[in-house]
Amino acid sequence: MSVFEGFRFRHVTSPIHRLDPRVKFLYVLMMFVVAILFTQFLPLLVLFFLQLPFVLVAGVKKEWLRSLRGAVFLVTMIFVFNFVFGYFYRTHTGAALLEFSLAMSLRFLVLVESFSIFFLTTSPDHLSLALEQSHVPYEFTFAFTTAVRFVPVLAEEAQTIMDAQKTRGLELERGNFLKRVRNYIPILIPLIVSAIRRSLELAEAMESRAWGATDKRTNLYVLRMKAGDFVLIALSILLLAVGVYVHYFVSIPSLSQFLPPLPF
Amino acid sequence: MIEIKDISFTYPTGVEALKDVSLTIGDGEFVAIMGQNGAGKTTLVKHFNGLLKPAKGEVLVDGVSTRDVSVAKLARKVGFVFQNPDHQLFSETVEEEIAFALRNFGFDEATIEKRVTWALNLLDLTEYRKTSPFMLSGGERKRVALASVLAWDPTVVILDEPTIGQDHRQKENLRQFIVQLNGQGKTVVVVTHDVEFVAECNPRVVLMTGGQTVADGEAKKILTDTTLTLAASIVPPQITQIFLGLTDLGLPFDVINVSEAKKILLEYLEGANH
Repeated sequence: MSVFEGFRFRHVTSPIHRLDPRVKFLYVLMMFVVAILFTQFLPLLVLFFLQLPFVLVAGVKKEWLRSLRGAVFLVTMIFVFNFVFGYFYRTHTGAALLEFSLAMSLRFLVLVESFSIFFLTTSPDHLSLALEQSHVPYEFTFAFTTAVRFVPVLAEEAQTIMDAQKTRGLELERGNFLKRVRNYIPILIPLIVSAIRRSLELAEAMESRAWGATDKRTNLYVLRMKAGDFVLIALSILLLAVGVYVHYFVSIPSLSQFLPPLPF
Repeated sequence: MIEIKDISFTYPTGVEALKDVSLTIGDGEFVAIMGQNGAGKTTLVKHFNGLLKPAKGEVLVDGVSTRDVSVAKLARKVGFVFQNPDHQLFSETVEEEIAFALRNFGFDEATIEKRVTWALNLLDLTEYRKTSPFMLSGGERKRVALASVLAWDPTVVILDEPTIGQDHRQKENLRQFIVQLNGQGKTVVVVTHDVEFVAECNPRVVLMTGGQTVADGEAKKILTDTTLTLAASIVPPQITQIFLGLTDLGLPFDVINVSEAKKILLEYLEGANH
């Protein structure tokens, strides 16, 4: 469950936590676009390090590292697939192939990094407020925040189920790959059944508390943009502008210039 | 025998659930662990089969430290019936559900068949042999969970809140069943805050508050001690409450059993008539 921990919000405050979630989302979006623009290693490396100040100011270094560690498996897969297919289909060769595969893995890491910063510094309440004020229908907002809120509950339930099956002699780490996958069936079935049961109960509880009785809801708190928010908007737009400029007008040095010819 | 030597445990969230707890549970004993919510009861029993390992101190099951063996190994000796049966049921039929643990422990098919039939019969579930456990009622699911643990014949049986959600008749069945298990020489540990249930079973009671054991002894002594029960936020059994109010008649106050109470009252009334 440690992967979820890397995205789970904790109640602390920092200048980053106080930013408007809509603005933070704009920043994530811009980071996303710029990361997709580039297929070279160096600019993606710059993007990766560009986000470090956010992590440090927000004081979420430990959780952030954990989210990266959780991504290691997928990053490795991305690297291997790009490398193997690039090799067989001859899209790239030699050092260029190595650089391309590394860049694709790093791109994914940059995306994970920005989403992790977003979720680590935005409380679920703020997020739903932001969605509501962006005129997203309340049904969707509610479904989204409920899903986010139930992740830790589900994680805890999964732990209990694992304990229960372990006491019935289930050894998760035993056997070959297929056997190990099958070992998870006794855990997944109770988990899914109870999630469905829980959602039905939740629906009943909502109905009995007059959910959807009025069309227009009001909120106790209203999000307002502050100076810091405008600074982040400016920075995000600047990031996009610089990204586009570099992409079209600057020739980016490639790794192959620094490496000896490689045998693939 | 389960020996708990001075253990402490803190959850990753920072909650200190157990503080220097020591306890010995001998073979064939019947122990009820009581206390209010959050007293550390479930945390304590999860140490008995190694689901949790103590941060400090040691837990020995038949002389072997729980740190040195896997839960699956310990489970062969220490059976644990979880509070909510829905956390363990997953098979297509009740029969398969009960056979699951037996397969994990490596019993041969003939033995599995014999044990499953035995367990179904024991808990009055034979007619549901081929039924999906998800189609059963709450009480029946609880019995399936119990059968699936008893099937491999563990020497220690731990039951976490077995009476929750059971009607009076089911509770009485469960009580007789537990007493019978204990009579067959099994060590039974029950985690509960159902005072009436404990009063009728009359086991050894371990009382917990704030992660520590505050009392350990006969149910009769502990459940009738108002200072203790108040500290542990439990209410004495109803029959005891009556006798606590009748002390001015010269009656004993440490009564937890209804038939015993009846006898005392009848004797008193006879005496008053003459």
